[in-house]
Amino acid sequence: MNRAIRRLSLLVGVLFLALLININVAQVLLANDIRNKPGNQRTVLEEYDKERGPILVGNAPIARSIPTQDQYNFLRVYSSGPQYAPITGFYSLVYGATSIERAENSVLAGTSDLFFVDRIQELLSGRALKGGAVTLTINARAQQAAFSGLSGKVGSVTAINPQTGEILAMASSPSYNPNLLASHDQPAIAKYYEALEADPNKPLLNRPLVSNPPPGSTFKLVTTAAALESGRFTPTSVIPGPASYKLPGTSISLKNWQGAACGPGGKVTLAQALAVSCNSAFAWLGNQLGQDALRAAAKKFGFNSGFSVPMRSATSIFPENLDSAQTAMSAVGQFNVTATSLQMAMVGAAIGNGGVTMNPYLVKDIRGPDLRVVKTAAPSQFQRALSSANALAEIAMMVGVVEGGTGSNARIPGVKVGGKTGTAETGPGRPAVAWFVALAPAEAPRVAVAVTIENAGGGAEVSGNGLAAPIARAVMEAILSGQ
Amino acid sequence: MSAVGAVGAAQPAAAPSGKASARQSRRTRITNRRNLELGLLVAVWLIGLYAYAEVDLAVLGKLPANLLAVAGLLAVLLGGAHIAIRILAPYADPVLVPIAALLNMLGLAMIHRLDLADAVRAQRNGTKLPSADVIAQLTWTTLALLLFAAILFTVRDHRRLQRFTYTAMVAGVVLLLLPFLPGIGTTVNGATLWVRLGPLSFQPSELAKIALAIFFAGYLVVKRDSLALVRRKVLGLGVPRGRDLGPIAVVWLFVIGLLALQNDLGTALMFFGLFVAVLYVATQRKSWLLIGGTMFIVACVIGYFAFGQVRVRVQVWLDTWTYASDQGYQLAQSLFGLANGGIFGTGWGQGYPQFVPFAKSDFIVAALGEELGVTGFMAILLLYGILVERGLRTAIACSDPFGKLLAVGLSSVMALQVFVVVGGVTRLIPLTGLTTPFLAYGGSALIANWMMIALVMRISDRNRRPVPDGPVIPWAGNHR
Repeated sequence: MNRAIRRLSLLVGVLFLALLININVAQVLLANDIRNKPGNQRTVLEEYDKERGPILVGNAPIARSIPTQDQYNFLRVYSSGPQYAPITGFYSLVYGATSIERAENSVLAGTSDLFFVDRIQELLSGRALKGGAVTLTINARAQQAAFSGLSGKVGSVTAINPQTGEILAMASSPSYNPNLLASHDQPAIAKYYEALEADPNKPLLNRPLVSNPPPGSTFKLVTTAAALESGRFTPTSVIPGPASYKLPGTSISLKNWQGAACGPGGKVTLAQALAVSCNSAFAWLGNQLGQDALRAAAKKFGFNSGFSVPMRSATSIFPENLDSAQTAMSAVGQFNVTATSLQMAMVGAAIGNGGVTMNPYLVKDIRGPDLRVVKTAAPSQFQRALSSANALAEIAMMVGVVEGGTGSNARIPGVKVGGKTGTAETGPGRPAVAWFVALAPAEAPRVAVAVTIENAGGGAEVSGNGLAAPIARAVMEAILSGQ
Repeated sequence: MSAVGAVGAAQPAAAPSGKASARQSRRTRITNRRNLELGLLVAVWLIGLYAYAEVDLAVLGKLPANLLAVAGLLAVLLGGAHIAIRILAPYADPVLVPIAALLNMLGLAMIHRLDLADAVRAQRNGTKLPSADVIAQLTWTTLALLLFAAILFTVRDHRRLQRFTYTAMVAGVVLLLLPFLPGIGTTVNGATLWVRLGPLSFQPSELAKIALAIFFAGYLVVKRDSLALVRRKVLGLGVPRGRDLGPIAVVWLFVIGLLALQNDLGTALMFFGLFVAVLYVATQRKSWLLIGGTMFIVACVIGYFAFGQVRVRVQVWLDTWTYASDQGYQLAQSLFGLANGGIFGTGWGQGYPQFVPFAKSDFIVAALGEELGVTGFMAILLLYGILVERGLRTAIACSDPFGKLLAVGLSSVMALQVFVVVGGVTRLIPLTGLTTPFLAYGGSALIANWMMIALVMRISDRNRRPVPDGPVIPWAGNHR
């Protein structure tokens, strides 16, 4: 019988081996898959168990975790919640995480590879794991100026540092309160979220990044750049600027907003055309340059590319396969041209940076759980859009817009400000979008800002100068007074 | 072991008077390895205390107030068992009791950990604090160890049990059918395996394990010669005669009936497997394994199509994540917990084993897997493996066929039970209503399993006991 017993024990050994292999599969091989399946409360609780790192603006936290007595141990609180909401996003039990909370989750939760050494140290010392901190490039006062300027309106503001591409302000309106989504009261969270989704003005949208209406006359900055770069035009070149321009191949005439010619005898300099936002002149320029030159110029500013700031921006489009009429309309920022306020701020920033477009970014540095800096962002160039001489020339033209043209509301005493207004038609029966792109100070620009007002809430006359320029001015003042 | 026999055999040649021979046997005493057992038990005691302290530290942040009292109690329990063994079965295997005790301690620590989670939750919700199950489990442990000693005391020679072969059969069948008696039987978690008498509930199938192991061993000792006869060879294996399929068919039908009534595939597998294993060892015909395996697969197929609960379990096993929010909730939570544990586990008290329903009983091994990681889980499986291996080794060393078959039966049933439970909880096979021996919360299981250890210890003691002084009278049934 012993031989049989020995064989039986082999069989038992096989059974146990199957068990051992299976538990290794379940606990090691498939563990990550299983952890990410829906319905797994443990991953949420594990994350909540740790103190999540703060999101900093300057040295002050705009999002941080405070300890609580309930089962989740920590509560995420946002100071000035709605002001920073599109940037921070929210960190919610029910709806997960968005924006920076999501993009930098591994840093904030402390699981990033950057903190490998910290994690070992904390494992050995037995202290609770803390998350790392993320410092944003945002300037607090500029953000405040941007957000209060947008109050009551539907729109966006993006401000960039032309030399580095750092995003100094990114405000969206209407906004929401991320504190209400990060609470531990799950029914309340669900109710608030549903209300936000049902709001026709879409408060959850990060408008600077994803809302892209036609840029209207602000696109003339791109057309001007294309004109200068072509070598055929200078700021003093005289070009036709009649009261209206007949679109080639159609019977439609594009009119100027003044309803009249832009200069005596229907002729105007390039600089003057920009200053008074002459539609006819730029439509003519567009046909002169041709769609390829316009598109090439636009692409060098960032059109037709998406950017990760680290959140992904919507791609601003300069369309393909245009006929002459469409090219003319595109040259004035209509037809199917679309742009986010981030994109137009990048246009202004490139002009202000000697013609070099920088990649925009929001995260300035990443710090460990002990707040020492672990990684600092390095500015990176996207492409050169203009030669430095042409960039200087264009800045001078933009100053002309503010000092003698349509952008008068952007004037700041004692500072030379360059700008461009825009009023984009979005379709019959829909409100026009008011635009303003500005940079200051003209000698060595430290800030480029783009403001869109998509809906002024009725009543006020929609114009770039009237609605958008004052907000741009407030943002620029906030930046300039700080340094 | 052969050394024992050799030295023992040297004694009779002297044929001396009683006192002189006693002196001689003392001089040439065989080490009985009880000191090894003592050392292992001390280690087990320390591990148990460590786990208990660790749980409290992790969940409550401080050492338990009654740590010393618990240490004393456990020392008394383990020490008492050890002394009983020294007196009643001094030559038995030294590893069996420490392993069983270690598993018992781990179970107690985890039940305590789950008690704490229950208390925290009750506090948070403002409901009444539930009673601590660990105290009940400790009481059952004490009772089980007392019965362990009682078995060692009353059963001095395992061969005497052979007389009770048919009594054991009746007892086993009655025990298995008890849960179906109206009034005292209850259905828990879909399976009818429990009997409630007032405030106490117990699982008679656990005791039935022992009864049926005794019955199968006793029956097959007698019948094995005829069941080993082969009529012809198929595929190189001897196939038994048609009429000898009778017994296995009876057992198979009984098991199917049980399956139908209990709605649980686990006990069916365990008992049928027990029979086939003992049958194979008794007859040494591999064909019985194949026949048994085939019949079991047929039983599974019948079970799947005929019995709703079985079908549900199989569906959940095949596609857990679709059913994760209703019928597959238990298994899904178990898998979440295990994945959360990873390689090193979350640590005692730092996981979420309380999310798995029935974590204290059916899923206790998943709770341990979460907090101790796959390394801890593998260690526990190896402990069971060693337990089974020592039991089989005892069977090999046993010189009488009844003892061999009994040891094989008891070891096989433990191996099968562990396989079925761990396999179900980790999604290797569909889930059943069985629980893990020694770990799970449940008095009847603890008592039955400790009684099984007692029987194997009794057999092992006889194996290793040096041959007595004086002429050796060969035992009539002593052939391999």
